[in-house]
Amino acid sequence: MTGQTLIEKLWKLHTVADLGGGAALLYIDRIFLHERTGSVSLKELAARNIPVRHKEHVFVTMDHIVDTLPGRGDDTLMPSGKDFILTTRAAALAAGVNLFDIKDPRQGIVHVVSAEQGITLPGFTQVCPDSHSCTLGALGAFAWGIGSTQGTHALATKTLEVAKPKMMRVTFTGKLGPGVTSKDMILHLIGKYSASGGSGYAIEFAGPGITSLPQENRFTICNMAVEFGAFTGIIAPDETTFAWIEGRPYAPAGALWDQAVAHWRTLNSDADAVFDQEIVIDCADISPTVTWGTSPGQTSPIAGEVPDPAATADDAVRKAAEKALQYMDLTPGMKLEGLPITAAFIGSCTNARLSDLQAAAAVVKGRHVKAGVRAIVVPGSTKVKRDAEAEGLDRIFTDAGFEWREAGCSMCFFAGGESFGEKERVISSTNRNFENRQGPKTRTHLASPATVAASAIAGAIADARKLG
Amino acid sequence: MEKFTTLKSVAAPLPLPNIDTDVIIPSREMKGTGKTGLSVGMFANWRYSDPIKRVENPDFILNKAPYRAAKILIGGKNFGCGSSREHAVWAMSEYGFRAVLAPSFGAIFYGNCVRNGILPVVLSEDLITALAEKTAADPAKNQIEIDLPRQTVSVADGTPYVFTIPRADKDMLVEGLDSVDLTLRRGGEIEAFERADHNVRPWAYATPASSN
Ligand code: SF4
Repeated sequence: MTGQTLIEKLWKLHTVADLGGGAALLYIDRIFLHERTGSVSLKELAARNIPVRHKEHVFVTMDHIVDTLPGRGDDTLMPSGKDFILTTRAAALAAGVNLFDIKDPRQGIVHVVSAEQGITLPGFTQVCPDSHSCTLGALGAFAWGIGSTQGTHALATKTLEVAKPKMMRVTFTGKLGPGVTSKDMILHLIGKYSASGGSGYAIEFAGPGITSLPQENRFTICNMAVEFGAFTGIIAPDETTFAWIEGRPYAPAGALWDQAVAHWRTLNSDADAVFDQEIVIDCADISPTVTWGTSPGQTSPIAGEVPDPAATADDAVRKAAEKALQYMDLTPGMKLEGLPITAAFIGSCTNARLSDLQAAAAVVKGRHVKAGVRAIVVPGSTKVKRDAEAEGLDRIFTDAGFEWREAGCSMCFFAGGESFGEKERVISSTNRNFENRQGPKTRTHLASPATVAASAIAGAIADARKLG
Repeated sequence: MEKFTTLKSVAAPLPLPNIDTDVIIPSREMKGTGKTGLSVGMFANWRYSDPIKRVENPDFILNKAPYRAAKILIGGKNFGCGSSREHAVWAMSEYGFRAVLAPSFGAIFYGNCVRNGILPVVLSEDLITALAEKTAADPAKNQIEIDLPRQTVSVADGTPYVFTIPRADKDMLVEGLDSVDLTLRRGGEIEAFERADHNVRPWAYATPASSN
């Protein structure tokens, strides 16, 4: 028998019933919900008079619609946003599940808090009606985004019917150059193989380029697996992972911890495991990367130029590129470095953990945001915010002219309230540069926190390495 | 859930790659906490030249006469990628779409479709291009016919093309089944799984010692 991949091992460990044709009923260890899509799932269950199975394993947080302005409460800038918050709170309390409400010190972006509280553990299956649930793959969890109807199914039965994805391994060899980050790694990958390059696959990220990354930077890679079109992404848990988890509030302790770690050490792909597809990327080929279009696959090295769609043979791809350039108000051949921006955003489940804020603060320290640029930092969780404040990062940012916000998704996406405004050009540490994602007609360029910080200072897309 | 067996309809071609769910239903259009009232906001930023005042954009495919009645959409690669919002499917269903043909789909969107009576059909890129061209040439005459039990797609007296679909998804659509009810019947199996798994992974069932 040939060896198994990590995902195949987790698949087997969680199979309640084989449904035939490669599908299985999988056991789900943890379920997360947020106020934007979660109340639908809970309300449907209540309407059908079905209880939540294992409500102690269900967690609800307020992140998507809640304001991030200082002094926030239930009122939101989004018209009707308060309804989402009140409905979700009422549904969560009625169901008896865990609730990290607005004033709770555990509140924050769902994919940030599930890890930092030690709720998501290696080998767990975890779902949330939110596409970036794949972020948690960085802990060696098998986690993926679902719809609200599947949310209801998971809450009622603690299981989900899943069609087995194909297996892909992306191996990062070599060493990253100075000033190149895990955000650049994932943008580089998606740029090279397109936003649908991972379609149909569960992807294991591996190789020395991955194992040498600190835990927090690994989340950024798995976070964007879905932007690669993948079902999910995963990284085999290792000593870095275990050290990062130990002592967190919900993590096992004592003898149970030792037993868990012994099990987690078995969670990796066998040497002779066969993947349906393999991609190898040399880290030395990766530069700080930014997007120029409206799909995360439309990227360029920061020193590069806006490409000419006419050079693309594929008809549909060319049309999409032309549409993107029109939306972004760019023309082929324009240099990305030096392109003036009007806003800078550091936040989101991709890049708003403590280490991301530290990296941005290191660039910003002692400098000032260019006049006319609106620059905002939104910590990924209330805990990240407090930890950052304890280190004085908030002062570095505010002294430099950044706004310092409460934790949440904020302007990673436009909920209908706050936005950057029409035709504003934003450099953003988030994961989606879709049309209108950060506001009606807003133009988004994705980049690493360091690139965003440097660009805020320069007032134009800038390479942090050159700031010296 | 409405059953899906066969369907014959005008198809609207929109074969761009990576059409995301933010495009299908912009965040601004998700005003309430329910599943209804979403169709008017479907494709709002493309469908209206002024999305707030709902001024129609005459160039958008669904605003052109023969396509207004389309129950089938022909999409590009990675259709429905992006946000998990099921609202994209609820909006399309309320609008009247019953099937989407594309070379590939966002995985969450695909799952949402089958749970809401919309059939997602995966066909090769070449076939999608050919179908899009054929329907554009004469949408009323070249209607597309789908037979889910036989897993075929055909256009006006052309050959039927066979597509694949996971068995569980097909059953759900053909029978209009509710999967929550179906799985609840497996309560015994789930309990047995939990008992055995508890011995292997006790930490997965422990109530955290933390005082949170
Ligand atoms: S930060 Fe952005 S991408 Fe992440 S969960 Fe929130 S809205 Fe989604």
